[in-house]
Amino acid sequence: METNESPGARYRLWPIRRRVLVGLCAIGAVLMPIVGAFAYVGGFLSPDRLTQSRLVDGFQTVNGVHPGFRRNHAKGVCIAGRFESNGNGVALSKASVFETGTTPVIGRFAVAVGKPFIPDNETQVRSLALLFRLKNGEEWRTGLNDIPVFPARTPQDFYELLMAGAPDPATGKPDPARLQAFFAAHPESAAALALIRARPFATGFADASYNSLDAFRMVNAAGTSTPVRWSMAASDPFVPQTPIEGGSAGTNYLFDALIARIAQGPVQWRLMVTVGEAGDVTADATLPWPETRRRVDVGTLIIDHVEAEGPGNCRDVNFDPLVLPDGIEPSDDPLLSARSATYSTSFTRRAGEPKTPSEVQIPENVPAATPAKGS
Amino acid sequence: MNAHRFPAVSRLLHWLMAAMILAMLFIGIGMVASLADYHWLLSLHRPLGVAILILVAVRLVNRLIHPAPALPADMPPILRLAAHGSHVLLYALMFAVPLVGWAMLSAGGYPIVLYGALELPPILPQNDMVFAWLRTAHTALALALFATFLAHLAAALMHALVFRDGVFQSMASVGRADDAPPSPRR
Repeated sequence: METNESPGARYRLWPIRRRVLVGLCAIGAVLMPIVGAFAYVGGFLSPDRLTQSRLVDGFQTVNGVHPGFRRNHAKGVCIAGRFESNGNGVALSKASVFETGTTPVIGRFAVAVGKPFIPDNETQVRSLALLFRLKNGEEWRTGLNDIPVFPARTPQDFYELLMAGAPDPATGKPDPARLQAFFAAHPESAAALALIRARPFATGFADASYNSLDAFRMVNAAGTSTPVRWSMAASDPFVPQTPIEGGSAGTNYLFDALIARIAQGPVQWRLMVTVGEAGDVTADATLPWPETRRRVDVGTLIIDHVEAEGPGNCRDVNFDPLVLPDGIEPSDDPLLSARSATYSTSFTRRAGEPKTPSEVQIPENVPAATPAKGS
Repeated sequence: MNAHRFPAVSRLLHWLMAAMILAMLFIGIGMVASLADYHWLLSLHRPLGVAILILVAVRLVNRLIHPAPALPADMPPILRLAAHGSHVLLYALMFAVPLVGWAMLSAGGYPIVLYGALELPPILPQNDMVFAWLRTAHTALALALFATFLAHLAAALMHALVFRDGVFQSMASVGRADDAPPSPRR
C-alpha cells in the first residue's frame, strides 16, 4: 500500500487519495447529525415554534418598542418594606420566610400594559411584584395581579390572545372580530374574562388585593407537598373604582395616590395562602378554585417606602416567578416555565438598552421613609 | 507505561467532560428556545455548569502533572500548531463559559441556585449593562465552544480514519495499555 513513503506522507491530503475521500465522507456523516440536532433543539429549523423571543416580539408588536423598559407592566414604581410572618405558614412550607419573624422585601407596583407612558385611566389591571430576601441568602420573587384568574390556559393560547388584540395595520386599532374568534375558540378564556370583568375593581394600588394566579406547591419540613395559590389581601378598606376622567387628572392618578398614601404611613396586606385539595386543577390558571378552600393567613406585608425606578433598584430586578426558596416549588401549570423564560428575555433586552426616566416620579414634598436597598 | 497513550485518569476526565459539555451545549441552546422546557433545563444547566467548572480545574492540574503523549514525529508543524492551539482554546472556553455564566447571573442580581437552598455567591456587583454584555458573551462563547468541539471531533476522526497515526487511539482506546499498538508506520 503506502509502505516505502517518505516521513509525513500519511498526512498529505493532496493529491487526494481514496482513504482521504472516504475519511472526509465519514467525518461528514458523524458531524452532520450533531449539527442538525443542535439546530433542531435550538429552534433554527422550526421558525414557527413559539419561543420566548417570539412571545416578547409579540408584546413589542402590540405595544411598540420602548428601550430600557419592561416589555409588559412597563409603567411602575419601586417599593420597599418587610414581611412579618406569624408562623402559620410553617405547616405548609419549610421556607424560612414563613418562620415567625421579619423578612425584608422590595417590590414594584405597575399597570399591566407594555406602554411605559400610558395614562393610568387607560389601564385595567394592576400588579404587585415582590422580592423577599430570606435570611439564608435565598430569594422568593413573585408577581401578583388584581385579577382572580388568568385569561389563557397555555403559553400558546396567551400568544394567540395577545396577537388577537394587536392593532390592525389598516385601522391602528384591534380588530374586535379577531378577539371574538379567539374567545369563541377558547371558552375557558371567555369564562376567565367574565370573572376578571366581574371582579371588585379598587380605586388604587393600596386598597386592591393581588393574586398569584398560577398554582405552586409548598413543601414542609416533613416533605409533604401541598398545591397552593396565594394572595395579598389589602388591609386598607376597599373603595370601588368610579370612572376616571381622561386628560391630566387620569394620567398618573394611581401612582400619585399610592405615593400620597405611603407618605401617610405604612400600607399593609395579609399574605393568604389558599390550600388546594384533591381534584383542584393546578395546570389551568383560567379556573378559580372553589370559594370554600381553606385560606391560611401566614403574615403581613408592610410597605413603607416608595421611590422612582432607577439604577440598581426594582427597575433592574427580573421578578421571575420561578425564583423560589427551598420549600416552594412550581406546579404543573404550563404558564410558569413560560413566564420565567419570557421575563428572562424581556430582562435581557431591556438591561442592555439605554434608560429613560420613568413616567412615575416622587414629588419633592412627600416625606421619604427608610431608603430601599437595591439588590 | 505506554508513552503514546494518555493515562487512564486523563482519558476518564476527557470522556466524562465530553459527555457533560455536549449535553450542556444542547441544554443551553434548547432552553433559550423553549417555553415549556425552560425551567427544568435551567435547573440542570446551573449545577451541570458548576460541575464542569470544577472538573476543568481538576483536569488542568492533571494535565500539568501528566502531560499529553508526544505527537508522532512526522506530523507536519501546521498540524501540530492546530492541535496545540485548539487544545488551548478548548481549555480556555471550558473555563470561560461557566465563569461568564456565573458572572452574568451575579450582575443580573439573580440568586444562583444550584439545588434546593444551595447557592453560589455572586462574583460581580449588580449592574444591568454588565449583565447584558455578559449574557451576549455567554452565548457567543458557548457557540465558539460548540464550533471548537466540532473541529476537535473532525480532527480526531482524521487521525483515526485518514492519518492512522495512533493519535486517536491515544485518547480513545480502552483496556490494557499495550492493546493498542502506537503509531503504526506502514
